[in-house]
Amino acid sequence: MLTKIKRFISAEKNLSFTVPMIAIFLGFSFGVIIMLITGINPLDFFLALFEQVTGINISKIGTSKTVFNPRHIGELFVYSMPIILTGLSVAFAFRTGLFNIGAEGQLIMGSFGAIFIGVVFDLPMIIHLPLAVVTGVLFGAAWGFVPGFLKAKFNVHEVVVTILMNYIALYTANYLLKALPESDNARTVNVSETASLASQFFSELTNSSRFHWGFILVIIAVFIFWLIIDKTTFGFELRAAGFNKHASKYAGMKVDRNIMLSMVIAGAFAGLAGVIIAIGTFDYGRVLVAAEGYGFDGIAVALVGGTTAIGSVLAGLLFGALKASQTLIQLRGIPKDISNIIIASIVLFIAMQNGIKRFLIRFREREEE
Amino acid sequence: MDTVYSMLTLALIFSTPIIIASLGGLFSERSGVVNIALEGLMMFGGFAAGASVVLLEPSFAEGSLIAPLLALILGMIFGVLVSLIHAYLSVNIGADQVISGTAINLLAVGATVYLSQIIFGTPNNPSQRTPIYRTGFTKQTVPLLNKIPVIGDILFTNIYATVYLAFILVVISWYVINKTKFGLHLRATGENPHAADSMGINVYKIRYMGVIISGALAGLAGAVMILTQDIQYTVFSIHGTGFIALAALIFGKWKPFGVLYASLFFGFSQILGRYVNDIPLISKLPYEFFSALPYVITIIALVIFSSKVVGPKAAGEPYDKSKR
Repeated sequence: MLTKIKRFISAEKNLSFTVPMIAIFLGFSFGVIIMLITGINPLDFFLALFEQVTGINISKIGTSKTVFNPRHIGELFVYSMPIILTGLSVAFAFRTGLFNIGAEGQLIMGSFGAIFIGVVFDLPMIIHLPLAVVTGVLFGAAWGFVPGFLKAKFNVHEVVVTILMNYIALYTANYLLKALPESDNARTVNVSETASLASQFFSELTNSSRFHWGFILVIIAVFIFWLIIDKTTFGFELRAAGFNKHASKYAGMKVDRNIMLSMVIAGAFAGLAGVIIAIGTFDYGRVLVAAEGYGFDGIAVALVGGTTAIGSVLAGLLFGALKASQTLIQLRGIPKDISNIIIASIVLFIAMQNGIKRFLIRFREREEE
Repeated sequence: MDTVYSMLTLALIFSTPIIIASLGGLFSERSGVVNIALEGLMMFGGFAAGASVVLLEPSFAEGSLIAPLLALILGMIFGVLVSLIHAYLSVNIGADQVISGTAINLLAVGATVYLSQIIFGTPNNPSQRTPIYRTGFTKQTVPLLNKIPVIGDILFTNIYATVYLAFILVVISWYVINKTKFGLHLRATGENPHAADSMGINVYKIRYMGVIISGALAGLAGAVMILTQDIQYTVFSIHGTGFIALAALIFGKWKPFGVLYASLFFGFSQILGRYVNDIPLISKLPYEFFSALPYVITIIALVIFSSKVVGPKAAGEPYDKSKR
């Protein structure tokens, strides 16, 4: 039995599964060590995380207080949905060999696009809501187009351009949001009900969480990602360009066009993330002091999810749980940023995947001797 | 006229952390290791300085410089310690340097706030920041030199000594990069590590040095920023200055004096945004315009530079001895 497990863990074909699992395990272990060093009982942290995921507060079992609160489950999805989408954004670009650090900026522009339509126009819902969603997605796509275009035409590195574009997006969106009718310095007015993804039904179902109709859009996005990457020639060309740009060019593929398209689609996914935050979670545009880190969380999601559709969903749920449970963590007297430390260290261990792979391969070779 | 002088002085003060952090990025990238973790390293340095100055100040007399100076050194040490993670991942394991840098930036957000709360928080007041320090650095006016027309008003009146430190570091960096054996080895490692290795240069060691120096300078930059522009460390204290430093590094074409001019320009642009209402010619422009300006200009510069390669050729590529 033990040898079987050992063989499974170190098998070449399972590496894409085992490496993230090991990274997650090491990341949580690191978090536990930090908590122990700083004099905190890690059990409380895991109780908070459990409560967030299941809605059940174990500490209250046996008392007269309510044990089960479905709001936590609803909020878990509220946190997970945008980072699943930014995860898809980063993953999509990654498949073409591009590093999209700009999901944050694309998301901010997507938010603005949806808010703009939602605040300024007055239309029947059947036109208004789709228009708001599509506009947001297009704004995100346009923001992704710039680094894609500069990469394809001038060979300017997309990492640098996307970082810079994040800040340009933040300041541009802040200016534009404040310029919308009746906005103050912190927020816009609420979008009209015909352009909102908010759902009274889901909210009541989950004890007034902010869970909203956006989840349908997330499911569609995950499906589209899988469809493009795994089922179309275009997706194949993108992956080919990611493996070897020159060989793809030699094989007659339009690599430059594909780079641009890849960044546009990546931007669209991030733009959608912005849409569901703006007209789903909040229903108004927010003037931001600083970027909120959805883009960087998306990098974590994409890497841990192995840049696949289903992997991004699972990793997004994991990190969404860690993010969402911050309130409950703090309620139990633990500094809530322990969850950010755990996410960061998981990414650190993912960055070490060469090392982990080397270790696993050595592990297997020793086994075979 | 006085407004103009104090505005320029303030621009110098705001440029200081950008210059220092950008020089840090320069040492790392010229050795061939991309460092997008400057922001995170600055946060660690800023946190270390902000926390230590609060803890140390009560032990010294009011106005004593010892506590803030120690805080600067601790900021550097913190930067170095964290940069070792980046060095280990980039040099020893051959990890993707952008992923490693991203991880450090994420870690900085979590760790600095977590530690603030552990050190300074109480059960009733779980603070997310370090307490407000007493004095930190104070602005000085240099006697005699401040009487020089124009220059005296800008460079020697109501200014922090850290501004001079930044200028000195630029000159030192220029000398080290261009005139010393270490600088030559550093540049060789960043341009063509295989050739450097065949000449007997220890590529791994040089890259470690590059990343460690960048950690020290970025940590120092963060510390300077907290002790001159802020009253305490919060998670927003650095607010993207590390990324501006990265832009200044590129805009300055990876050269110490280029970095200096780019940083001064970016610092000036930030200040312009604050004074925009007082200047008739540009008062119609929103301050967001000036905040975004450094980034827009850097992108334009990247496009203009793109016809010829200016950055270190081997930056971002893990060095694998077996591929020689």
